[in-house]
Amino acid sequence: MAMKLDDSVFVAPLDQLANWVRKHSLWPMPFATACCGIELMATASSRYDISRFGAEAMRFTPRQCDVMIVAGRVVMKMVPVMQRIWLQMPEPKWCISMGACASSGGVFDTYAVVQGIDRFIPVDVYVPGCPPRPEQLIRAVLDLQEKVQKTGTINGREFAKRTKYEGPAPLADELGAAELVVAPGNYASGKRSRGLPIVSNN
Amino acid sequence: MPTAVEYCSSLLGSPVPISEFKGNIRLVIPAEKIYAVLSGLKSSVGYDMLCDLAGIDYLNYPEATDRYAVLYSLTNTSTGERVFLKTFVNDPEPELPSVVALWEGANWMEREVFDMFGITFTGHPDLRRILMPDAFVGHPLRKDYPLRGYGERHNFPTLTRAES
Repeated sequence: MAMKLDDSVFVAPLDQLANWVRKHSLWPMPFATACCGIELMATASSRYDISRFGAEAMRFTPRQCDVMIVAGRVVMKMVPVMQRIWLQMPEPKWCISMGACASSGGVFDTYAVVQGIDRFIPVDVYVPGCPPRPEQLIRAVLDLQEKVQKTGTINGREFAKRTKYEGPAPLADELGAAELVVAPGNYASGKRSRGLPIVSNN
Repeated sequence: MPTAVEYCSSLLGSPVPISEFKGNIRLVIPAEKIYAVLSGLKSSVGYDMLCDLAGIDYLNYPEATDRYAVLYSLTNTSTGERVFLKTFVNDPEPELPSVVALWEGANWMEREVFDMFGITFTGHPDLRRILMPDAFVGHPLRKDYPLRGYGERHNFPTLTRAES
């Protein structure tokens, strides 16, 4: 061919080809810790049938997966496990945070439960709901497919650019000394001597 | 065979405080006598099964005189009778004798009470935390432990996408 092509002209279609292949063959890693895991199983089974979107091959070893679906609350004892599983997954990989607990801690605002997994690992798609319907998870898979198609590159250049913390603002770690006791003041009526402490965002 | 109340009263040398609710007898035993009482109830009265072992924190509780209580729930498997024994311990070093030598099943229950309330069981073969991570500081079910903790739940490194 006489016309000389710029390098980028050649590379772009290859990226798109890789994205097209990858997005229709997502292999989820079911990191299911609570009731969201039941909905995740329902999504995978015949009625909702996630295999229509090419994501039915769930593997229970992170080395064979490229989407981690964190379904359910994650307690502080589980965070190192979750991070290790995430690190063991081969590139390219993505993460779906399924349900209110995985995304924000949900109703479990206690000492043991992590207030959103995005404080510790990068998350690509969040699914609201408690637990989300299988349709919502399928929507998340479709959204992830769109994200892969639009932003993906064949050698994962888009991941190398994400060097910053992507989670929410850190919560205040310390509570004032006056707020240490939250036991009810009156056991007969259950009335609290003081309201629950408000954790400020500073 | 004596009843549990008769046996405890004779062992302690004085009438033991009793309360009863729906046929369940509850006795309050001093901490220094609890092992002798439990061991005697097992060997001489037939209470051969330890159903439960639980801790209670009475901080801010109306009319409470002691800080912690440990509750032993015993069952006589041949007659179906139950008896509940309560014993009180206090700060700064709440301590009780371990009953693992009497009932193997007390092992994990004592570890849980130790983990959640910080009550140590002397003579326990392996008194480690059972629910919280080993590096955890504090005892979460104490009433003076804040609901949201001291920030332990945020004390992990963050992975960015570029480095993972």
